[in-house]
Amino acid sequence: MTAISIAFTLNGSPVSVDVDSAERLLDTLRYRLGLTGTKEGCGEGECGACTVHLDGLPVDSCLVPTYQVRGRRVDTVESLDPPALEPFARGGATQCGACTPGVVMTAWWIRDHPELLGTHTLRELMAGNLCRCTGYDGIVDSIGAVLGERGSA
Amino acid sequence: MHRREGLAKLTGRERYVDDLPLDDFLWGMTVRSPVPRGRVTAVRFGADVDWSAFVIVDHRDIPGPNEVILIERDQPVLAAGYVRHVHEPVVLLGHRSREGLRRAVRAVEVVVAPEPPVLDFRVPPRPDQIQYGRDNVLKRLKIEKGDVERALAQAPVVVSGTYETGAQEHVYLETQGMIAWLEDQVLVVKGSMQCPYYVLSALKHALARDESRVRVIQTPTGGGFGGKEEYPSDIALHAALLALKAGRPVKIVYDRGEDMAATTKRHPSWVRHRTGLTRDGRLLAQDLEVVLDGGAYVTLSPVVLSRGIIHAAGPYSCDNVRIAGRVMFTNAVPFGAFRGFGAPQTLFACERHMDVIARTLEIDPVELRRINLLRDGQTTATGQVIRDGTDRVAVLERALELSDYRAKRRAHAAFNETHAAQRRGIGLAAFYHGAGFTGGGEVHLNSRVRVAGLADGRVEVLTANIEMGQGTLTVFTQIAAERLGFAPQDVAIAEADTGRVPNSGPTVASRTTMVVGRLIERACDDLRSRLEVDAAVRGASLRAAIVRWHREHAAERLVGDAVYERPPGISWDDANYRGDAYGAFAWATYVAEVEVDLATYSTRVTGFVAVQEVGKVLNETLARGQVQGGVVQGIGWALMEECKFRDGAMINNQLTNYLIPTSDDVPPIHVAFLENPYPHGAQGAKGLGELPIDGPAPAVLNAVAAATGADPRAVPLTPERLMAIADFGLRSAE
Amino acid sequence: MTVLLPGSERDALEMLAAADGDAVPIAGATDLLVSWPGRLEDHRKTYVDLSGLAGLRPLRWTGDELVLGGLTSYWDVIRDVRVRQEFPLLVAAARQVGAIQIQVRGTWAGNIVNASPAADGVPVLMAYDAVVELESLRGREEVPLDRFYTGYKEMRRRPDQLVVAIRLPRRPYSVQKFVKVGSRRAQAIAKVGLAITRAAAGWRVVAASMAPTIRRCPTIERLLEEGAPVRGPDDLLPAIARDVSPIDDIRSTAAYRKRVMARVLYYELREACGWRA
Repeated sequence: MTAISIAFTLNGSPVSVDVDSAERLLDTLRYRLGLTGTKEGCGEGECGACTVHLDGLPVDSCLVPTYQVRGRRVDTVESLDPPALEPFARGGATQCGACTPGVVMTAWWIRDHPELLGTHTLRELMAGNLCRCTGYDGIVDSIGAVLGERGSA
Repeated sequence: MHRREGLAKLTGRERYVDDLPLDDFLWGMTVRSPVPRGRVTAVRFGADVDWSAFVIVDHRDIPGPNEVILIERDQPVLAAGYVRHVHEPVVLLGHRSREGLRRAVRAVEVVVAPEPPVLDFRVPPRPDQIQYGRDNVLKRLKIEKGDVERALAQAPVVVSGTYETGAQEHVYLETQGMIAWLEDQVLVVKGSMQCPYYVLSALKHALARDESRVRVIQTPTGGGFGGKEEYPSDIALHAALLALKAGRPVKIVYDRGEDMAATTKRHPSWVRHRTGLTRDGRLLAQDLEVVLDGGAYVTLSPVVLSRGIIHAAGPYSCDNVRIAGRVMFTNAVPFGAFRGFGAPQTLFACERHMDVIARTLEIDPVELRRINLLRDGQTTATGQVIRDGTDRVAVLERALELSDYRAKRRAHAAFNETHAAQRRGIGLAAFYHGAGFTGGGEVHLNSRVRVAGLADGRVEVLTANIEMGQGTLTVFTQIAAERLGFAPQDVAIAEADTGRVPNSGPTVASRTTMVVGRLIERACDDLRSRLEVDAAVRGASLRAAIVRWHREHAAERLVGDAVYERPPGISWDDANYRGDAYGAFAWATYVAEVEVDLATYSTRVTGFVAVQEVGKVLNETLARGQVQGGVVQGIGWALMEECKFRDGAMINNQLTNYLIPTSDDVPPIHVAFLENPYPHGAQGAKGLGELPIDGPAPAVLNAVAAATGADPRAVPLTPERLMAIADFGLRSAE
Repeated sequence: MTVLLPGSERDALEMLAAADGDAVPIAGATDLLVSWPGRLEDHRKTYVDLSGLAGLRPLRWTGDELVLGGLTSYWDVIRDVRVRQEFPLLVAAARQVGAIQIQVRGTWAGNIVNASPAADGVPVLMAYDAVVELESLRGREEVPLDRFYTGYKEMRRRPDQLVVAIRLPRRPYSVQKFVKVGSRRAQAIAKVGLAITRAAAGWRVVAASMAPTIRRCPTIERLLEEGAPVRGPDDLLPAIARDVSPIDDIRSTAAYRKRVMARVLYYELREACGWRA
C-alpha cells in the first residue's frame, strides 16, 4: 500500500489530503473527510447511492480511485443549497433516505442540463440510482417540478 | 405536512449508523460456515496473520444461553460445533483496519464434516435429512370452515392448480449495521433496526444482562421491509460480544454481498388450490395446501405461515374452506419477515388461480371476482364476519374505471391482431390485508405509549416505533398535533431508545399508524386528564396549561400514558384458528398492463393502477409513496427478482446479478384511495404498508396470461421461465 | 496497490515496458473497481494510470475514418451529434452501458481490453469493422477488432501495449441494428447482444454473451449474403449452432440464448431481407 498526496477542489474549496493508492473516493469522502452524506449502497457501481459530481458529471464514487481526482473538482450532496431541495421534500422524493443523496446529485445534474431531455427521458437518466422505497414516481415527479420551475423562471 | 426528516435526508445530513462519529473503535466481521450442514471439526487460524492484533470471539464467549431468542430458542448466536446453513456465523473478529480484517476473515478456515443437507422444501426428506422433529415440519396450521370434502364432491366444476413463488431479497439500500459499546456498566447497542425491544430481549437473554445494564437505540434506518425485524438481533449480539471482549466500541456494517448472502429473504412457497364452483362461477369449496420453506431455524416462520394461510382464500365468500399449511425445515439461510409476511405468496396463488378458473369456465375474470367478493355480513375463512361498511365491489369498479379496463381489452385485442412480435394484455387482482398482529397478537404485545408535556409547553411522543422511510415520524407528529391542536413543531418525537421509550411493540405488520397511532391519541387524552382539562382545551391554551402545570410541579414529569386495549367485539380462538383474525382489513384491486416481447420473452409493465380502501388516509403524499414503492417491489418480485442458490448458498448476491427494477423499468403507478374510516385506528386509519406488495405479482401474471394465452404459475416470471412454458408461434409481418 | 502516474503517453509506454508484463493500465476504472474492497489480490498489483493523458481523450474525424481516442468515453460519443448520425449504433450501445454514472467514466478502449464476452461497446465496434491501434515502445500495431480476441479474456494485446485509438471506416450502411437483451431495460448485463450492419463490404453480424469472446458469426453472414430463404427463426438455428456456443450461467441459459438470438435476428432482419414465413 502506497500513499499519494493529492489536492483537489471539494465543494468549492481546495483540499489537500494523503490517501492510500487503493482508496476509493467514496471512502475518502466518508471516512477521511467526514462527508457522510455520500452513501455506499453496493460498492459495484450499480445503485448510485454514492453519486457525486466529478468535474460537473455524475459518477459513482465507489468506482473512482481517489488519486484520480487530483487537480479536479468534486461536488457532493453537502454542496447543495438546502432550500433549493424543498420541491423534493414536497414531492415525496425521499423515504428511507439511503439512496437520496445519490438521487439528488443526479437530479441536480439534470436540473442544470435540461437539454438532456432532448435525447433522454427522465426515467432513463435516473436509471443509475436504485430506490427501493418510492417506486420512482416521487423522484421523477419532483425533478419534473424542479425543471418546470426553472423553465418558467 | 411534509416528511418531517425529509430535508435532512435530502441534504445528506441525516446520520445513519455508519455515518456516526466514533472514536477508538474496532470494526467487526463474521467468519461463516462454508457448507449447509455438518459438524464443525476444527477452526484453523492461518499462520500468516498476527492474531494478537485481533479480538476473537466464538460461542464460548457467550455469557448466557447461546440462543437468539425469538419464538423458539433453536438458533445459536454463534455455531457451537454444528452448522445448519451456509453462512451460519461461527467466529467473530474485531480489528482496527477494515482491510486487515477482510484478510483475516479469509485466513480462518472452518472445517466441517459435511452431512446430507435438505435443500428443496417441496421434496419429502429422506431419513438422513431429518433435522427437526420427526418430519422436518417447523409448524403446521389449519383453517377449517364447513365441509370441504362434501362440497367438492357435489360441486358441478372443480378447478385445481399449483402455484409457486421464489425467495425475494429485501434490498433495503442501507445494509445491516450495528455499533456496540460499554458505557459504565451499561451495554449500549445502536443501529439500523425495526424493533428495538426485540433486540433488547435478545441481548438480555444471551448476554445474561438485566434491563438496567442494556440499552438499545435505533438509528435512522435506510429501509427495512421486514429485513430489519428479526435479523438485527443477530448482528447486535455479534457487535456486543466483540465490544464486551474488546472493551472498546465495535462497529459491524455488512457490505452488500454479505448482506444478501447471509441475511433473511422472503419465504419461497408452494400452494395447491382445489376449488369447487357452480358453472357460473360461484365459489362452493376452497381446498388449499400451503407449504413454505422456512430455512434452517424457526425465526418467525410460524407467524408468516399463519398470516399466509389466513389470507390464502382471498377476499371472497365461500362456505366451505380448508387450508392446511406447513413450513418446512431446510438447510437454507433462514427465511424471515418480508413486507406482506406470507400473504403475498398465498394471494399470488389465489388471484392467479381465479384467472385460471375464469379461463376454465370461460367467464370474465372481473365477473368471477364480482360475484364472489365478500359482502358485509359474510364471513372469511376463519369465520370472521366482515361488517365494516366498505363496498368491495366499488373498489373493484374504481380500479376498472381508472385503468380503462374494458376499452384497453378491446384495444389490446386489435393490437395483438396486427403485431407480429408484441402482445399486450391487462390483468387484475382483488385482495386484502389484515392490519396489525394476528388474532390475540396485539393483546399479547400489550403495547404502551407515552406523551410527555414539556416545561416549554411542547409535547414529546415516546414510542419504540421507528422511521425507516415509511413516515412514522411525520404521521406520529400529525396524530399528536391534530389531537392536541398543536403546530407540528410543538410535537417532538423521542428517539427510539429503550432507555427512554416504552415498549409500543415492533414496527411491523402495518400496525404503526393504526395501532400505535391510536395509542398516541389516547395518551394525548390521558395527558389532558392529568392536566384536568377537557377536550375543548387545545392549541395555545393547552400549551399554556402544560407550562402552568410545570410551574406548579417543579422537577416532576407530566406524562400521558396509554396501553393497548382490544377493540370491542373482537375474539380469536388460536387453538382452532377461528374468529376475528384482524381488527381491520384493507381492501384493494390492482390492475396491470403489460407488453410481452415474443422475440425475447420479456415482459414490460406499461401501466399500473392501484386502488385501495385503507380507512382514512392521514398523509396523501406518504401514503401514495408507500403504495408506489410497494407496487414496484411487487413488480420486481413478479418479473425479475430471483435468488439463485447453489448448495444452499445464494450465488447472485450482488446487485449486478440480483436485479431490482430501475426507474426505466416501471411505468408511473396510478394510486387512488377510497376512504372508510376505521373507528379504532388513529384518525380512522387502517394499516397500509404491506398491502401494496400483495397485488402486483398476480395482476402482472394475469396480464401476461391475457396477452399471450400462456398460463404462468410461478414468480418470478423471467423470460427464461416464460420461454419454458410457452412456445409462442410466429407470424410474419401483416 | 502501486499506482504509476505517467506524465505523457511515452511515459506510460515506458512504465508498461519496465513492469515486464506486470502492470495494468487503468482509465475509467468502472470495471476495475467493482466490489474493490473485497478483491484483495488485485490490491497487490501495479497500475499505470492513464486518466491524466488528456491527449488520448478526444475523438476525431478524418476524411474516411472516425477515430476514437484511447480515453474516449461512452458519454463523449453519446453527446456527439455527428456520431449519432454516422454511427448510430455506437450511441445506441453506449446508452446501454450501465447508467449515466458509468457512461461518463467508462471508455471504449477499456471495454475492448476488459474482454468481457458480454461487453456492450465491442459488438457495435466490430460490426463497423473497427481496427484497434496498439502502441508500445516497439512501435505501432493495428489489429482488426474481429481478429483481436483469441479466447476467453485472451487477446492480441501484449502487456506492454496500450490501445491508443480505435479507427472506424466511414461507409454508407443500408442496415444498422443493435439489440441488447438483458433482464431489465436499464443497467443490465447482456444475456444476448447483437450488432448487425450491411454495407458494400457485406453483412456483419456480431454476437455478445454467446461465446467465450464477442465474435462475428460467419455462417449467418454468409447466409445473409447468399440471400438464403428463411421461413422463421428456427431456420437460423443451424447457422447459430455453427457460429456460437453459449453456456448456462448466473444470468441465463444456453437454450434461451440460442433461441432468442434466432428470434431477434429473424424479427430484426425479415423486412430488410424480405423473408416470408
